[in-house]
Amino acid sequence: MYTEKVMDHFMNPRNVGEIPDADGVGEVGNPKCGDIMKMFIKVENDRIMDAKFLTFGCAAAIATSSMATELIKGKTLEEALEVTNKTVAEALDGLPPVKMHCSVLAEEALRAAINDYRRRKGLVTGDVAPNKIEVPDCKPDK
Amino acid sequence: MDNAATTSLKPEVLEAMMPYLTGKYGNASTLYLEGREAREAVEQARERTARALGAEPEEIYFTSGGTEADNWAIKGVAFARREKGNHIITSQIEHHAVLHPCEYLEKHGFRVTYLPVDSDGLVDPGDVSRAIEQDTVLVSIMFANNEIGTIEPVAEIARICREKGVLFHTDAVQAVGHVPVNVEKLGVDLLSLSAHKFHGPKGIGALYVRKGVRLDPFIHGGGQERNRRAGTENVAGIVGLGAAIELASSSLEERAARIAALRDKLIGGVLEKVPDVRLNGHRTMRLPGNAHFCFRFIEGESLLLNLDVKGVSASSGSACTSGSLEPSHVLLALGLPHEMAAGSLRLTLGDDNTQEDVDYVLEILPETVNKLRMMSPLYAARRG
Ligand SMILES: Cc1ncc(COP(=O)(O)O)c(C=O)c1O
Ligand code: FES
Repeated sequence: MYTEKVMDHFMNPRNVGEIPDADGVGEVGNPKCGDIMKMFIKVENDRIMDAKFLTFGCAAAIATSSMATELIKGKTLEEALEVTNKTVAEALDGLPPVKMHCSVLAEEALRAAINDYRRRKGLVTGDVAPNKIEVPDCKPDK
Repeated sequence: MDNAATTSLKPEVLEAMMPYLTGKYGNASTLYLEGREAREAVEQARERTARALGAEPEEIYFTSGGTEADNWAIKGVAFARREKGNHIITSQIEHHAVLHPCEYLEKHGFRVTYLPVDSDGLVDPGDVSRAIEQDTVLVSIMFANNEIGTIEPVAEIARICREKGVLFHTDAVQAVGHVPVNVEKLGVDLLSLSAHKFHGPKGIGALYVRKGVRLDPFIHGGGQERNRRAGTENVAGIVGLGAAIELASSSLEERAARIAALRDKLIGGVLEKVPDVRLNGHRTMRLPGNAHFCFRFIEGESLLLNLDVKGVSASSGSACTSGSLEPSHVLLALGLPHEMAAGSLRLTLGDDNTQEDVDYVLEILPETVNKLRMMSPLYAARRG
């Protein structure tokens, strides 16, 4: 059901991990399935020098996370903001229709990371995506 | 390792079916030679099925599979006994082939109680007893769960139902051919089974209906199956079911013991080698071939696909719903939080699996889980 590119980015994801001294961190959850993605960016002169991600989700979520980080590296923030879930899905030669919503996760995490960077620089004010996530308990809560 | 989804067609079974797919194409309802041959083959399969279940041949009705048998049992009893009452009791962890007919009946004026289960997936017979009311006409509790493998206390529930004069149906689709199932010992009134779960063909199943139990027909038409299930018989399928159930029953105990030993090795190995894992389903009261886990911090589909690339086919959730976004209703009924239910993996062993298969899974599973955990923000948060 997945394209070769999706399988490649899923099996060998690029840019996995955290950036400890990231300039911006975005974390979003997919309300449709409960999956979570966290994106880290390193910015110099308005340009994304490095990007990494952590994703709890399906194969499509992992592959789009990987592709999104690849697409934005080296781009200016303005250029990066033009990357949408469609761009990412197309770069992967498409996603099955039921999996399109997964690619939204990557777009939103990217926006949240850029937003976080701008907020830290005092460039924007207002609400930012929360940075704390709850870890579920191992025992059934009964 | 996905034998709960379906099993391979045994060569002996195909061989038994072949004549009825080729030369012996007779309609079992006609009177000339070909028809009589087909009729005899159908009746022989009925006898074999009855013998395997400890039933009488007249109590076996062939259907198009487990789903039809479940639908028929539930709707058939509900509509036949409507004047007596409109209350049905089932459990929250039934297969959709039971749950959806129940939901359908709710739209038509019936009341349904969906009993909870404990954290191992067991229905409490006491709950069944307390839920039975004046107007209860049917209790339907599955023999064994298709996801987590838990075997329910069906004999005890059947006894309670009989004492209270309520009919009892069990969906034994996952059990027949894998553990001993005897309708007399169990005391059930109706029981569903499906051939493709025990190396028979797909699209054929049966409903056992105890003598004297009234139920409305579900498929209306010609007079086949003693006027209770219309439609020209699927002769080859029926013959295949008969051959498969006889094969499965012949060496049941030895096969079950061999598979259960592999299962225990698999379960033991996973619990030992992978941290933060939960075994789902009862430790001992479970199907011989079923191993079901939740791995924390990761998601089932990505685990499944990784294993698939390495040559292991498994399932997450149930085969019929995989690809859906909702976590399994069975895991949620166990009380598992959403994130944990998402990280589920079902491995189901069968006759075709070997010790080497188990060793291979135990070799690749820990590293696969670890690889996905290294990508997981939940795991990172927990490591701090
Ligand atoms: C417990 C249970 N009931 C019913 C069914 C449906 O049976 P069938 O596939 O023959 O329609 C299945 C399997 O798919 C099952 O596991
Ligand atoms: S199903 Fe949740 S991100 Fe794909």
